[in-house]
Amino acid sequence: MTEPTLLRDQHYQYLKKGLRHLSDAYECLDASRPWLCYWILHSLELLEEPVPTAIASDVCKFLARCQSPTGGFAGGPCQAAHLAPTYAAVNALCIIGTQEAYNIIDREKLLSFLFSVKQPDGSFVMHIGGEVDVRSTYCAASVASLTNIMTPTLFQDTPTWIVSCQNWEGGLGGVPGLEAHGGYTFCGMAAMVILGKEHMLDLKSLLRWVASRQMRYEGGFQGRCNKLVDGCYSFWQAGLLPLLHRALFKGGDSTLSLQKWMFEQQALQEYILLCCQNPAGGLLDKPGKSRDFYHTCYCLSGLSVAQHFGNMDLHHELIVGREENRLAPSHPVYNICPEKVAQAIQHFHQLPVPVPAQKEGEAPNRLS
Amino acid sequence: MYRDRKEWADLEPVPQDDGPNPVVKIAYSDKFTDVYDYFRALLKNDEKSDRALLLTAEAIELNAANYTVWHYRRVLLQALEKDLREEMRYITAIIEDQPKNYQVWHHRRMVVEWLNDPSEELEFIAEILSQDAKNYHAWQHRQWVIKEYKLWDSELEYVEQLLEEDVRNNSAWNQRHYIISHTTGYSDPAILNREVQYSLKQIKKAPHNESVWNYLKGILQDLGLSSHPGLLEQILELKETHCSPYLLGFLVDIYEDFLENTLEHHEEVLSKALELCELLAREKDTIRREYWSYVGRSLQTKYGSTSNRLIWIHSH
Repeated sequence: MTEPTLLRDQHYQYLKKGLRHLSDAYECLDASRPWLCYWILHSLELLEEPVPTAIASDVCKFLARCQSPTGGFAGGPCQAAHLAPTYAAVNALCIIGTQEAYNIIDREKLLSFLFSVKQPDGSFVMHIGGEVDVRSTYCAASVASLTNIMTPTLFQDTPTWIVSCQNWEGGLGGVPGLEAHGGYTFCGMAAMVILGKEHMLDLKSLLRWVASRQMRYEGGFQGRCNKLVDGCYSFWQAGLLPLLHRALFKGGDSTLSLQKWMFEQQALQEYILLCCQNPAGGLLDKPGKSRDFYHTCYCLSGLSVAQHFGNMDLHHELIVGREENRLAPSHPVYNICPEKVAQAIQHFHQLPVPVPAQKEGEAPNRLS
Repeated sequence: MYRDRKEWADLEPVPQDDGPNPVVKIAYSDKFTDVYDYFRALLKNDEKSDRALLLTAEAIELNAANYTVWHYRRVLLQALEKDLREEMRYITAIIEDQPKNYQVWHHRRMVVEWLNDPSEELEFIAEILSQDAKNYHAWQHRQWVIKEYKLWDSELEYVEQLLEEDVRNNSAWNQRHYIISHTTGYSDPAILNREVQYSLKQIKKAPHNESVWNYLKGILQDLGLSSHPGLLEQILELKETHCSPYLLGFLVDIYEDFLENTLEHHEEVLSKALELCELLAREKDTIRREYWSYVGRSLQTKYGSTSNRLIWIHSH
């Protein structure tokens, strides 16, 4: 039986091409182009493929065109700022990690954008006149912490709001009352970790819920109870286990494993390698589905989580298949490489936190 | 094409400026380029007109996820004082076509709010759910409508109908919990007991349905699983004929709750709990081996006697 093999070259060609050109099938992502930058750049960094300096610089210049004059980043040039492309743009710029990249971000305006979408109950709308859900708290917390623009009031009441999204199942829904869902649970947990408030969540029930999301036959993860497996949950769900491990450890738990995450790492790697690869490059949801850059990013991110236990001090690898299947480790909170996180934080912490020109709720932001 | 229309000749289209060396460059169709070049022009001039409204519909059709276009459409609807009933008809058709998009549902919510009229909502959402009973946006919209306009009365009946159709529909179980928590609550013993009996009935019909086991735990955990009289006995009985990894996990939970809240029989109960964790890890739920081993170790640490603790942990 041949060992499962990561089709590195094929994925590399797919990604390299996509970073420049995309077919008209991508018209539906015309309002998510910073996401395309992030998904592709992160996939390349996991594959340990360098991004040529010229392209990196072109990405910076493009993302600069996506930055809104009032702060934050939009889905494309001349569109309105939105927390999701803001998250993606900041992550992409941090992956590039050059001075040029860091300098693109207008931190003062970014802070004022975050205040403009902040709601009195602690939540954030995704964009002016837009919807609220827990993704927004993660996007806001991620960019604010990386670029060092957190102020004492920016995340006031946000942890309480996130906690209210945890439901009877143990996972988190998009807003209070909704069904527990992997994507939203990751966003809520990661945001809480950034805000240092992860202990406000019921970590035990969260752990039980996410551990139960691994499919016993497929090996991959489902997004919600009694739904089908999907390769992208390899990250959103499995990625919760490193966060929980760290949180429980911080809370004084002495019974945690020193070698493994609390999910079946081998089975997940097998699902991804055997069921989620397109032979022409790119990864996907499940067999029969088409490849796309979102699934490429999150299948590879999940593969990395499954291969690497621990942090820089305590590191234990479990590589299914040949050593060549090994991916770079990823930071469990930001989902970019840990070195890039450290470098960005180091850079931005040399700069002073901008003074907010306005406070939360002052800008009219729910009217339309 | 807009570029060929006389009525649009006064407006200069604004091409997208990706810069000299674009990245993630999409090969837009001619039509897409044309429509968005004119959309950008409208935005630049802040034009508020009927022709602008018509164009937003075309832009939406080409990319319903363009939230900037949706926002502009809402600005136009207000500024031009358009017929919102007509807008409801429009958004109904769009959602039918693209039910898994954030923007369309948010737009519908805004129109319902402006009209202050939820009267079509439950029926409409039920129609969407009849095509995909787990559509997350649909459920989100439904919960909002029900809470905002206090339309609780017929929802439990609706949930039961969905569970009749598919007892494994986790979204329906969640909705059940939502309705009851926001109406009667679970503190009334009559209600709690009704729900426990309902759950046990569904378990007997489909024992390997994780949703119902999660629901049962969900409704009992605040009071404590071990506090519900006769439950342990009922579960142990079910174990003989309707066993599943979920039943075994539930037993672990009952035993754990017992250990948490009672002082007697600790060693016996702990031993049963550890035995189940071992069984689950080794044989019945091996995909969660690492998790069940951890649970066992945690129980041993918390409730085990010091002398046994170290020996047990090092062997697991």
